[in-house]
Amino acid sequence: MSAVTTATTLPAAALDRPRRRNPVLAFIVAQPLGAAGLFVILAMGTAAVFAEMIAPYDPETIDFAAMLEAPSWAHPFGTDAFGRDILTRIIYGARTALTIGFFSSFIGCTLGGLLGTASAYFGGLADLIIQRFVDVILSFPIIVLALVVVAVMGKTSLAGIDLNLIFAIAIPIVPRAARVVRSAALSVRAMPYIDAARAGGYSSGYIILRHMAPNVLAPFLILLTAYVAQAILLEASLSFLGLGVSEPKPAWGLMLAGDSSNFYQEAPWMILFPGLAISLAVFAFNLFGDSLRDWLDPKFNS
Amino acid sequence: MTQQDVSRRAVLAIPGLGALSGAAFAQGTPQRGGTLTFAVAAEPPTYDLHQTGTFAVMHRVAPHYSTLLCYEPGNYPNIVGDVAENWQAAPDLLTYTFRLRPNVRFHDDTILTSEDVRASYQRMIAPVPPVTSNRQPAFSQIAAIETPDPLTVVFKMKKVDASIMDTFASPWNSIFSAARLAQDPNFPVRNVMGTGPFRFVEHVAGSHWVGQRFDGYFREGRPYLDGFRAITMSPSAMVNALSGRQILAEFRGFTPNERDRIVRALGQDARVQESSWMLHMLLTMNNEKPPFNDVRVRRALSLALDRWGGSDSLMRISQLGEVGGMVRPGSEWSATRAEMEQWPGYGRDMAANRAEARRLLREAGAENLTFTLMNRNHQPYVTCGIFVVDQLRQIGVRVEHQQVELAAWYAGQGSGNFQVMIDSFTQFSDDPTNVLVKYISFDRAEVAVARATDRELDALFDAQAEEIDKAKRKQLVRRFEARAMAEAHTVPILWWQRIVVMNSRVQGWSMAPTHMIYQDLRDVWLAPERR
Repeated sequence: MSAVTTATTLPAAALDRPRRRNPVLAFIVAQPLGAAGLFVILAMGTAAVFAEMIAPYDPETIDFAAMLEAPSWAHPFGTDAFGRDILTRIIYGARTALTIGFFSSFIGCTLGGLLGTASAYFGGLADLIIQRFVDVILSFPIIVLALVVVAVMGKTSLAGIDLNLIFAIAIPIVPRAARVVRSAALSVRAMPYIDAARAGGYSSGYIILRHMAPNVLAPFLILLTAYVAQAILLEASLSFLGLGVSEPKPAWGLMLAGDSSNFYQEAPWMILFPGLAISLAVFAFNLFGDSLRDWLDPKFNS
Repeated sequence: MTQQDVSRRAVLAIPGLGALSGAAFAQGTPQRGGTLTFAVAAEPPTYDLHQTGTFAVMHRVAPHYSTLLCYEPGNYPNIVGDVAENWQAAPDLLTYTFRLRPNVRFHDDTILTSEDVRASYQRMIAPVPPVTSNRQPAFSQIAAIETPDPLTVVFKMKKVDASIMDTFASPWNSIFSAARLAQDPNFPVRNVMGTGPFRFVEHVAGSHWVGQRFDGYFREGRPYLDGFRAITMSPSAMVNALSGRQILAEFRGFTPNERDRIVRALGQDARVQESSWMLHMLLTMNNEKPPFNDVRVRRALSLALDRWGGSDSLMRISQLGEVGGMVRPGSEWSATRAEMEQWPGYGRDMAANRAEARRLLREAGAENLTFTLMNRNHQPYVTCGIFVVDQLRQIGVRVEHQQVELAAWYAGQGSGNFQVMIDSFTQFSDDPTNVLVKYISFDRAEVAVARATDRELDALFDAQAEEIDKAKRKQLVRRFEARAMAEAHTVPILWWQRIVVMNSRVQGWSMAPTHMIYQDLRDVWLAPERR
């Protein structure tokens, strides 16, 4: 009997507990488009990390015997004017795009997030000054601002990555992130626990970092993914304009510039595949970012 | 060079289309009238030919001025008089006397005299600040200028200068009005007033430059054109503008692929003229920055470059062309292929060259050499940079390719703030003194940006500059090249090929292995449009 009793009581207890679903599965079911974006991002990430193992050729080695070859089994995406395999350069280009895209977005959103949170926390004159400064920076188109910054700062490379390029892309993101995070932080600022922390004598820095920042993490994450796409596009634009990544380093925007503009009629694959890579990456990050916003935002969920 | 209407098929079938010929372009009788529209890729930083060296000034300003001597159109490098009617050299070659044409008029209707020539040359030889002169080193051997009468100019030399006639024929030696220079020594910087075939009308920065026929021009019946309009545009826009017949010419040069696109678009109306070019790419190693003060490291980098292989391939995709030494390949002063193959880095056995390069690096303790290669972010510099980076990787040298804007490139070059750079050098003539100056000691020539001091090279340079006997001078040039290649402060990479494509309506223009001469447009005329 006791065994029967146990059998009848346990499922009832289990039914009383809230059902726990795998969050990844839940996201895939709730946001299939976002999941598709995530899949593409993961594929890009895998290509970036394991490029040496995946890519069939060296991305920088010139092969004059294979100049401007059309797509074939040997070179599925064809070759460029130096006989370099385009598929290989796109795989390695993912590393450049993700590295610069992620770090630029992370730096821009983090600085912007802190600035926005501080602006909301201090309020009053500080908020007014910070927001007018943000207004001024926002009045410049993002590409123009990045162009100015990269032209003024020049190039400083570390392990083949142009640090100034990362900062040039991050700086235009700062005011945009600051504006969005500030609006979220304003509601957090009105919470009683913030007043309690102030009454407890904690410093402003501690309150901002310990109590406010974690509570604006959701919009921060959404911005982060959205601006990775923006940063990839900016990197590609700056490289296309000759102000970003330098040859022979593989970068998608760079692949569209230089000899591509000279040979696009005879060898359209030189612009087709890098163009597709940029579009796909930006599309994937945008899909994922939008879906993440919908998934994390209670208003959208309801 | 041959000048003919060609189809694309003909262009592709005859790669060596550009053999030089003396015949000026003479299809039909020249006709008066019409405005020539042509493109120029860059904005002029000044209007003063004495103070600059860029084609952006030459292609706009040359039609407004005359020079003492000039290269005979269609017969380079023969020298003829421009405002000089005739001239005479003393037997000791220490005095040159020029007789000027009478009644040569400035655009303000004043008459050109020997005083104008003296004032202009004095301005180049000994500029008084704030005037500067890019031509000053070329005239270092001139001791004095005398003007015994209004139509005679006498140049007294300090010592014999074998290149002096080429120097007198330089297209940069424009003659200004002495009266205007007396009022303002910098008058030519922002004003245009010469004795050339065209008057200046206007310059709208970033847009266009307009010239109008000067009816008082001293050559009877010239110019044929009513005027010209030089339009500022990017190289890619030029291809489209020429293909779409919005412009009729561009005088600097296109890539092989751009040539084919224009020829495809214009068909029978395209005219292609090709030649070697007095313009070459250089690998310049900064002798003030270790380890590039070590000849073994410098020579290793030169040995790593497969110039012959690179030439064959890069000439298909860019303006880079022939392998050459320090003087233009194909010129009367150039080394033969057999002579070149004796220089480090010019041997055909690349495996042996690279093994030697690795050995030298090992010996110099620079096996894992890493450096930054400064370069311009412009074609064909980028193409050349990609090639060099790839070649150096093959001897284990890692290169950070730093592509910068023109201003930053010049700044780096001028200040010495670079390790190794892709440099270029162009001149208006093949005369060895004009071109070897790039390779001598830095304290002798600002253009020698490797910042080296090599007195043996300087001595060879001076010796050839004074040698009148051509055969002996040639030997000295060979010795100079052999020494310079071995020391490898600056080494040639590849020479450029000049491909000029224009609408076949443009007649009477002379092709040359330099884009700095024959730009006064005095003989150019426009044929009627084909129906």
